[in-house]
Amino acid sequence: MAFRVCFDSSPTVMARFIRATYTGTAAAWGGPEKRGHDGGGRYGRKLFRYRVNMAGRSGLGVIPLVALAFLLLAAPVFAVEPSERLGDPALEARARAISGELRCLVCQNESIDESGASLAHDIRVFLRERLSAGDSDAQAMGAVVSRYGDFVLLRPPVKPATWLLWFGPVTLLGLGFVGTVVWLRRRPVVPPAPLSAAEQAELAKLMKDEG
Amino acid sequence: MRRLIALIPLALFLVVAGYFAWSLRPGYDPQALPSVMIDREAPDFDLPPLSGDSRLSLASLKGKPVVINFFAYWCVPCRQEHPVLMKLAQTDKIALFGIAYEDKPEDSARLLAQLGNPYQRVGIDRDGRTGLNFGVYGVPETYVIDASGHIRKRFVGPLSATDVNEQLLPMLRRLGGS
Repeated sequence: MAFRVCFDSSPTVMARFIRATYTGTAAAWGGPEKRGHDGGGRYGRKLFRYRVNMAGRSGLGVIPLVALAFLLLAAPVFAVEPSERLGDPALEARARAISGELRCLVCQNESIDESGASLAHDIRVFLRERLSAGDSDAQAMGAVVSRYGDFVLLRPPVKPATWLLWFGPVTLLGLGFVGTVVWLRRRPVVPPAPLSAAEQAELAKLMKDEG
Repeated sequence: MRRLIALIPLALFLVVAGYFAWSLRPGYDPQALPSVMIDREAPDFDLPPLSGDSRLSLASLKGKPVVINFFAYWCVPCRQEHPVLMKLAQTDKIALFGIAYEDKPEDSARLLAQLGNPYQRVGIDRDGRTGLNFGVYGVPETYVIDASGHIRKRFVGPLSATDVNEQLLPMLRRLGGS
């Protein structure tokens, strides 16, 4: 376990903000106050006072809406810092496109374009240097792969070692399909036995009731 | 035949459960990555020294197997492995060099003043470019480089006494003997 610095600030901050908002709103509705202890401790109580002063009894519906608005705003988060950007927009666009394909090895589920980790910053700068020096997209990406391996690619390359990954699901689906067809073909088709006299009578009765 | 088909779910379960059990084995870090640099020539570097005036370069290390440790003041696991490095430098007389990764020189110096300096020399990799060239993705990382300048081994995370005794020292003995 190496030491990793991972700043995934926005979702955490959002979650906290929303929780705080809802705690406050519930308090303004009289929830925790009537129940006595809400288990929120000092933090919850402080929020409660704040919310009553701020919103009083009128603006109850506004706060969740504001939180939602923030959430919507927060969706496209990119970590590229202004100082990293290249002057040439075409080159910068290429860098952004490649960055989206490269995994941040610290956070491991974010691209370096989204990650605030310092390693992601280093790789972004490195990538831009390579592009500025005249590398093609493939060369620049290759330079990162040669240092960190295929794992930095968010889209794994198709090669014998990854065939199972790429074609496994389709193969399984195909096998399932073939299996189903074989099973359906082999199933003996037995014509249903004719109804007995008692069943006939029952059916006639039912039909009559319906009519 | 019917019976065997009925056993398929059980077999699948055993395979999956076996895989999970294997993944939970002690000492396994699912986030640790194999280095692609193994057996490749170490990337060239030439770093300013933390103290003294001889720069730490790859060329200056060639000729004998060396151990290079990436560390930083801000890195907590580095403190965990520090006693292991100290022992390595004192008892085992290993050629151990440090690279201060993305660290202020005064902080690196403070760390070594506090805990002792196991390194023969320390280079300053302020912007992390040497680390990037090595494929470092977190500190500490420790590399074994042979006499010809090829990377032979990478340890991700703090070195333990077990790592040293079971992997690092035998490897150095092999490299030194060849």
